[in-house]
Amino acid sequence: MKEEQSNSIVSGSEALIRSLVAEGVDTMFGYPGGAIMPVFDALYDHRDKVKHVLVRHEQAAVHAAQGYARVSQKVGVALVTSGPGATNTITGLTDAMMDSTPLVVISGQVASSLLGSDAFQEADVIGITQPVTKWAYQVRRVEDIPWAISRAFYIARSGRPGPVVIDIAKDAQVNKCEFKYEKTTFLRSYYPVPHPDKEKIAEAAKIINEAKRPFALVGQGVVLGKAETELKLFLEKSGIPFASTLLGLSAMNSDHPLNTGMLGMHGNIGPNINTNSCDVLIAIGMRFDDRVTGNLNSYAKQAKIIHFDIDPGEIDKNVKTTVKVLGNAKTTLSMITELINSNNHNDWLNKFREYDKIEYDKVIKQELFPENGGQIKMGEVVHKVTEATGNKAICVNDVGQHQMISSRYFKFTQSRSLVTSGGLGTMGFGLPAAIGAKYGAPDRTVCVFVGDGGLQMTMHEFGTILETGVDVKIILLNNNYLGMVRQWQELFFEERYSETHLKNPDFIKVADAYNIAGRIVTERAELDDAIQEMLNHKGSFLLEVVVETKGMVYPMVPAGGSVTDVMVGKGEKV
Amino acid sequence: MSNKTLYTITIFSENAVGVLNQITTIFTRRQLNIETLSVSPSALEGIHKFTITTFAEDESVAKKIVRQIDKRVDILKAFYNTDDDLVYQELALYKLSTEKVMEHGSVEYLIRKYNIRVLEVTEDNIVFLKAGHYEETQGLFEELAEKIGVLQFVRSGRIAITKSKIERLSDILAEREALGHCEQQL
Ligand SMILES: Cc1ncc(C[n+]2csc(CCOP(=O)(O)OP(=O)(O)O)c2C)c(N)n1
Ligand SMILES: [Mg+2]
Repeated sequence: MKEEQSNSIVSGSEALIRSLVAEGVDTMFGYPGGAIMPVFDALYDHRDKVKHVLVRHEQAAVHAAQGYARVSQKVGVALVTSGPGATNTITGLTDAMMDSTPLVVISGQVASSLLGSDAFQEADVIGITQPVTKWAYQVRRVEDIPWAISRAFYIARSGRPGPVVIDIAKDAQVNKCEFKYEKTTFLRSYYPVPHPDKEKIAEAAKIINEAKRPFALVGQGVVLGKAETELKLFLEKSGIPFASTLLGLSAMNSDHPLNTGMLGMHGNIGPNINTNSCDVLIAIGMRFDDRVTGNLNSYAKQAKIIHFDIDPGEIDKNVKTTVKVLGNAKTTLSMITELINSNNHNDWLNKFREYDKIEYDKVIKQELFPENGGQIKMGEVVHKVTEATGNKAICVNDVGQHQMISSRYFKFTQSRSLVTSGGLGTMGFGLPAAIGAKYGAPDRTVCVFVGDGGLQMTMHEFGTILETGVDVKIILLNNNYLGMVRQWQELFFEERYSETHLKNPDFIKVADAYNIAGRIVTERAELDDAIQEMLNHKGSFLLEVVVETKGMVYPMVPAGGSVTDVMVGKGEKV
Repeated sequence: MSNKTLYTITIFSENAVGVLNQITTIFTRRQLNIETLSVSPSALEGIHKFTITTFAEDESVAKKIVRQIDKRVDILKAFYNTDDDLVYQELALYKLSTEKVMEHGSVEYLIRKYNIRVLEVTEDNIVFLKAGHYEETQGLFEELAEKIGVLQFVRSGRIAITKSKIERLSDILAEREALGHCEQQL
């Protein structure tokens, strides 16, 4: 237990900033207001140590903190005022809860004497945020500030990470206390990392050693547990083909020989169909989301299921497991790797490659290398961007067709390279998350793919770019539609395009108003040059590509369908 | 409701503000009704005990909600049982008009039959207490309502103790203390 001793008597706000510094915070995202002014005032004295990024909306502060946390392995921090400032964070908190992102969101609150009286800008922040956070705590006494911050960071980043809210009454911010900081390493009510059970691991190893057609599903748990290397050793020794969930995507290189692609509704054909042909399914740090499983009644019924997870609440939640292996993936994977035989499953792996051929012919070829002219496809843009960055950039995206296309076709060569809103599917996530990601990984290129719909949900963050000069490459895939909803209308609602066509502004002009360079591309021939211009430009850049208005994302497992019911075109099944 | 089973969920928590809110949202999300609820300090200082009953389709539902409750940071331990595993009890209070009781006459029969304790007698009212299972306290209520009339009636949530020798919370806490220190992950 580390202790930082200081006898000075300080204000609660000063104690808060010192606590944050003690937790290693050097960047945070926020927006001031009455009930948090003392903290912003204290921050003024620490500008050299803690960089505050002034966003344009508190939702963006949280999304930025998410982007920051996702790429940097650190806790994202947001600072907001009471009432509307706090309620504006709900979407981001919920998103972070769904996607297990470590955050500490600090909100101001009315003075403790006013609590419960419907005071100006009072909101029941704890009551509102409890269901969407890992922990939410209200501080009413100044002496509790260091203690609460210490717990907040411990809870946010240990075990299965998640968002924490600390709501601080205004009087606690101004009253004085002695500053003394102790890092939390234990809470009796909280057991973040279950101890691995050797018997279960032996049982799992035996099943894996006997397996003829084993298949591994890689989730974000691997990334959160920093178990990428252990995973690689496990997979390479056992020769087991694997696929990733959306959030697990960059844990392993895109072109690793055992990588069979992405799972889920718009995942690759092989991994989806072969889920129902494997004899052993090994889920690692993933939670069997319904976008991955489709209809549970026909999901992997033939297979023995081994589930590695840190969260006991995920075991048997959606899919009944044969063997559960609780613990941190880093530990459990290295333990099991010792017990498994070196092996290869090349014939089985070929069963995936056969589907890859079908997918290439039916879907990928037209999407990435369209031959007969016509409107620009989203896929070719993504493909050209990833190539132009040497597959080294961070890919952030918003929600919709462009999210699926960019996640499918962007290539990853290092972990923590995809920032996407998976569980909640929050439109408006992309731009602020990209800004946060750039602060989290300043040396990397950050490319954010957005739709014309989603960009307008948080387009105010052009203001943050203007203010800070942060460098993000914004690729707007403009199809003039709420494309993903339009796709469902085309497939399942008889092409009745109710409220999905958009009358859009001149995005380049909007960006220009914020001093953001931009270029619009309508012709395929211009694309390479425009991408180079974007990447060479110093500072943020908006590349608007006018893409096919009625493009479709395939393959597709329709909602509630079985993982074997993969569509590759309208009315066309594999 | 007939093919659902009644589960008793026992929860130990830190004595923190808002724990009940955290628990109830887990029921709300699954659209489960809380049938009864009882909260009080436990034998261990600073730890509160919740006893909640709820009807669920099957055991897997009970298991899932218990895991989701257990996962909350302020919760020390949560588990579920069916009636067979438990010794359980509820309390009920009945307020009757003294005049009506006098008119009725044969109160001794009721007091013996239901093992009633008389808590209070005034010129106006008499208060009965009955401890028992739901059927028993309800049975008395119905009989009193029919024969005498009940002015006020209240029933407590269930309290319960397991029959088997289960792990005691203090043991669980000691074990966690030994294993649980977690170097911060990130
Ligand atoms: C906040 C929010 N509102 C609504 C939706 C539902 N939704 C999912 S995708 C989508 C369309 C997105 O359109 P656009 O941003 O243009 O992206 P495209 O699908 O066209 O690539 C909508 C409305 C959502 N996911 N999030
Ligand atoms: Mg669109």
